[in-house]
Amino acid sequence: MKTRAFRKSAIAVAAVSVSALALAGCTSGGTPSESDGPVTLTLATFNDFGYTDELLAEFTAETGIEVVHNKAATSNDARANFFQKLGKTGLADVEAVEIDWFAEALQYADLLAPVPDDLKGRWLDWKEAAATDGAGNLIAYGTDIGPQGICYRSDLFAAAGLPTDRADVAALFPTWDDFFTVGAQYTAATGKPFIDSANAVLQGILNQEEFTYEEPDGTIIATENPVVEEAYNTVVDKAIPISAYAGQWSEDWFASLASGEFATMLCPGWMLGVISGNAPETTGWDIANAFPGGGGNWGGSYLVVPANGANVEAAQKLADWLTSPDTQIKAFENAGTFPSQVDALSNDVLLSATNEYFNNAPTGEILTERAAAVTVSPFKGPKYFQFHDALQNAVTRVFDGLEDKTTSWNNWVTEVSAF
Amino acid sequence: MTAATARDAQPDAPKPVRVISFSHRLSRWDLKLSPYLYISPFFIMFAIVGIFPIVYTAVISFQDWDLVRNSGTFVGFDQYIWILTQPHFWTALRNTFSIFLLSSVPQLIFALFIASVLDRNIRAKTFWRMAVLLPFVVAPVAVGLIFNVVFADNFGLVNGMLTDIGLPAIQWHKDPFWSHVAIATMVNYRWTGYNTLILLAAMQAVNREYYEAATVDGAGPIRQFFSITLPSLKPTLIFVIITSTIGGLQIFDEPRVFDQFGRGGAGQQWLTISLYLYDVGWGQWNFGRAAAMAWILFIIILGIGLINLIVTRSLVRDEGLRTELSKREKRRAVAEAKATAAAKAAAAAKAKEVTR
Repeated sequence: MKTRAFRKSAIAVAAVSVSALALAGCTSGGTPSESDGPVTLTLATFNDFGYTDELLAEFTAETGIEVVHNKAATSNDARANFFQKLGKTGLADVEAVEIDWFAEALQYADLLAPVPDDLKGRWLDWKEAAATDGAGNLIAYGTDIGPQGICYRSDLFAAAGLPTDRADVAALFPTWDDFFTVGAQYTAATGKPFIDSANAVLQGILNQEEFTYEEPDGTIIATENPVVEEAYNTVVDKAIPISAYAGQWSEDWFASLASGEFATMLCPGWMLGVISGNAPETTGWDIANAFPGGGGNWGGSYLVVPANGANVEAAQKLADWLTSPDTQIKAFENAGTFPSQVDALSNDVLLSATNEYFNNAPTGEILTERAAAVTVSPFKGPKYFQFHDALQNAVTRVFDGLEDKTTSWNNWVTEVSAF
Repeated sequence: MTAATARDAQPDAPKPVRVISFSHRLSRWDLKLSPYLYISPFFIMFAIVGIFPIVYTAVISFQDWDLVRNSGTFVGFDQYIWILTQPHFWTALRNTFSIFLLSSVPQLIFALFIASVLDRNIRAKTFWRMAVLLPFVVAPVAVGLIFNVVFADNFGLVNGMLTDIGLPAIQWHKDPFWSHVAIATMVNYRWTGYNTLILLAAMQAVNREYYEAATVDGAGPIRQFFSITLPSLKPTLIFVIITSTIGGLQIFDEPRVFDQFGRGGAGQQWLTISLYLYDVGWGQWNFGRAAAMAWILFIIILGIGLINLIVTRSLVRDEGLRTELSKREKRRAVAEAKATAAAKAAAAAKAKEVTR
């Protein structure tokens, strides 16, 4: 009798827990009843998009739709999660996608709900072009971009006999050749590296080229493309001797950032926060309204709406609202994410923004001009990341003295031919 | 049986009989099926979490797999061929074995030493034993982050000390050997304590009378360690060696967090097999190749496991059953027994003759 009672209660417990799981599944996936009007939407981002709870509360106040915001720690975590669940279940109603792996997502454009046609033209041309699939559908809502300026240490510049005024410094770097010449002068005068990382220069140069490793029809041109080889040669010959490190984000790199080991960095808007956050005690950082060889963009993100979500229409509304110029300006105020929307670029809040840490530089104005200087939209195919990573490794090998210039290049060619 | 056939013969048999026969049947089922039912949870679990993933990985490894669309095209052994022709794979294999040797060997020596110290009569035994296990509690990634500060190339703790006493700084993230040393140090930091405790438990099981007898015979602690402790530890040592082999060949966390990119270095200095597998699978989203590599790793571990088994067999007679004899010894014993029996028989015959 006892055992029978136990069995019954065990079954009851099992049934309850199963239904609890089912309920939990429902709430995290959003309510499936489209006709009643959804109550809750989920939004998944990473790092810091500037979407604070207060900002999302404004959306709730306007539409009555609750938004649950999930933040992944890094873009890589978000990427893993996105591709494991895309086309299946479990993705949020609105997902954030970083430009680095956007090309991979573009392969599955049919699994994403396209942006309504009337929103076309909201973003900068090249931002939209990069998010348009083969059929001409815009599949993602642009959020921020990373127009680059040059960050420099005015105190170190002064010590090396270089100009320190923002406008004078900007005049130093019209082309990459000038940049390397000034760098060589600085290194000769001080014996210290001029720029933080050789691979940052590599991406700076390659982000000014429309086609690097792949062509839109899928042809791989990486190893024959003279542009790539030229960039590699330039970086190895000219950037490595004046660089403190091969790559960024290492323990040593952060330590040098604080100790003032190098005098310049290529600076997209989001890098300003990285510098001031990791070297709070350091003084003398400033930003010049210049970028060698024209403008350059580094980073930025999009929002996408998975097509098989339960509340596609409402999700589109949310993505539309979040990427509207007004909201993006608020996000910029919250987290410094520089807007990709044309209208936002003329916003007074943006233009009047200054940065105390960077010697009160008018960062809003400078970055707006840097954004206007970006003319090329680099085509990044699905294997861009692999090719670029391998090329960065090639530069690092030369930097570390593991291989000479030719050997390292040949090893790169062998390596990428197997992709 | 009879009840069932009787009922079959008379379909319109009275109801009570039917009920009885059904319960009979139930009880017979109970007798025959219940044992399987009782042991089935293990097999069901094993099928779900053991067999299924292995077989599914094998299926994927023969395909060009698209994770998002959950579909693939059959490509035969192409993925295996691709992996075996990658220079990265062979570098990764070299690194894996190098890190494995650099971690397992010193680890076991240290663990043995610490365990034998703890086995002595010392004050605050429990405190020391707990202290030894403490690093094991720290998560591997946390260990990696801590040791990154220690092993940074320019501003690291170790290099700081080296340059202070006038030695050249070591290029931890450039030279393959030193990167392996650094990674092996993280592994050793975590696992030495764990192995120490296992070895300590085995040491405490050794009969104390042996030591007393040895002391009476005048053997010192070192002699006692090599002549009593070490031989008694053989089965445990082999267990520890096998587990650290499997762990060593699957090493992932420590090389993954060794630099900021987690892909084994620009020149693949510290790329291990599982790190390479992860990069191919989750970096390049090529699950066909990753699955093929998982199978190659599986086969490698299986091969080394077999070698371990053979070594085990020859070192320890039938894993702990120390009374049982090896084949050679059996043969010798049989031969000896025969010889003594023959000798006895001969002696008996002689004795008979004598009595006659």
